[in-house]
Amino acid sequence: MQRISRALLPIYTALAVGYLFLPISVMIAFSFNDPRGRQNITWQGFTIENYFDVWRRPDITGPMTDSLVIAIVATIVATALGTLIGLALTRYEFRGQGPLNLLIYVPMATPEVILGASLLALWVTAGIQRGLETIIIAHIMFNISFVVVTVRARIAGFNRSLEEAAMDLGADEWTTFRKVTFPLIFPGIMAAALLAFALSIDDYVITSFVAGQTTTFPLWVYGASRFGVPPEVNVLGTLIFVVAFIFIVAQILWSRRQRWTLRSTEASP
Amino acid sequence: MARRFRWLIPYLFLLPGGLWLLIFFVVPMLVMASVSLQEGTIGTGYQLTWNFAVYPQVIDDWSPQFVRSVIYALIVTLATLLIGFPIAYTIAFRGGRFKNILLLLVILPFFTAFIIRTLAWKLILADSGFVLGTAKDLGLLSPGFHVLATPLAVVSGLTYNFLPFMVLPVYVALEKIDPHLVEAATDLYASRTQAFLRVTLPLAMPGVFAGSLLVFIPAVGDFINAAILGSRDTTMIGNIIQRLFLNTNAYPEASALGFVLMAAVLVLVAIYARVVGARGLTTG
Repeated sequence: MQRISRALLPIYTALAVGYLFLPISVMIAFSFNDPRGRQNITWQGFTIENYFDVWRRPDITGPMTDSLVIAIVATIVATALGTLIGLALTRYEFRGQGPLNLLIYVPMATPEVILGASLLALWVTAGIQRGLETIIIAHIMFNISFVVVTVRARIAGFNRSLEEAAMDLGADEWTTFRKVTFPLIFPGIMAAALLAFALSIDDYVITSFVAGQTTTFPLWVYGASRFGVPPEVNVLGTLIFVVAFIFIVAQILWSRRQRWTLRSTEASP
Repeated sequence: MARRFRWLIPYLFLLPGGLWLLIFFVVPMLVMASVSLQEGTIGTGYQLTWNFAVYPQVIDDWSPQFVRSVIYALIVTLATLLIGFPIAYTIAFRGGRFKNILLLLVILPFFTAFIIRTLAWKLILADSGFVLGTAKDLGLLSPGFHVLATPLAVVSGLTYNFLPFMVLPVYVALEKIDPHLVEAATDLYASRTQAFLRVTLPLAMPGVFAGSLLVFIPAVGDFINAAILGSRDTTMIGNIIQRLFLNTNAYPEASALGFVLMAAVLVLVAIYARVVGARGLTTG
């Protein structure tokens, strides 16, 4: 009896993982669908054409390019700003830590509708045209908090005795940071950047408020969903998924390699 | 580096990011507050008339959607907890060497766009799509059976989309639990169920708390699931705010509604925090 009950949890988890991948499989499957002029909701026939066709459709690749540009810029800026804040919060004691923490956590606790709506109110009141710039600004804003949280977790778990060892050996603070600290917290920074990128490229709600005439990929997909989403959208979705997968695997392998290196340099207790 | 200026460093570090958040988060909130108290139209321009009456008015107009959003979000939070907790538990306690891979499997599907995921569900749940259609052809379901455009579809979509937000914090909390504690409990003649209820579960509470917030707060303001999978009867408060802002340009009403939503969220979170207790926050 116990053996059956022990097997329940793993079986449940396997089913759960299947459930999680169900829409993804559908998305990937239907990227190979040949809708033959109809909507992409019933299977008509198999084709690889969509994967070549999508590059000939500027109405889809245009918004995708905008989304990528926004995501890249927003990720770089937000990661930089957020990492600095993360370092400040975990390494230094200073006045105003409480309010700063509040400033960082409240945006994460605010529903996206409100973040977007308040920014729209700001632009309308200031008479500023909404477009690519306002989207980037908004994305940087909501990404900073996530970067701070991610980086903090990494810095907090960091072994400071390595830094002390470096300084004992005569390195000044900047060199220590450059050669010891930064390389070791780098995985955390990369994880934060990856998170920021994913959040940015995926964002619909906040973007819909501040986009003006500009269309990003999620905005375009939502608009097209009224009339039927072409399989080319599934193609792009699948490609993003594959790229993300490769990135994550690479990151895990990198951090594993780093942990191995670290372990071999740690002094035995 | 001159010792004299060392104290400046943290402030320099936090200045750019802090300033950004200040200008693009705090200030917009204040602006939205001010807009909510204004009156006018795009044509005639807006005047700050301190029109506090807008608040009771929007609550009155849109309370059904409000209540509906809160109820949906509560159901979704409970659903993600019920579905997600066992997943987190399995990975934390039975994962062994595969913990990271399993976590990866849980997160991976969510690297596709939110929109695409939800549209895929629309496809899966379509009345005559390949799932329901086949079941109907086989006689397993009545021809009139439909899931789309019902509250069930919206709640299911929300549950799916927010599941990792529950699984991850719960996993983090469970992972920190020392398995020896459970062992000690069973040594002291507790059954495995008792050990779970009295040792594991209380220690997992910070994760449950964090996960609940991470699910409830975005869920209550969501409008994509309702828009794609729902119908006119399942409109959520997020849909209303978006419509008022972008379609009818009723900026004062929309801003007021946004603040009411924020206030409601804060109140509910405060009540929840009270119930879970300060211990739930600080242990682990």
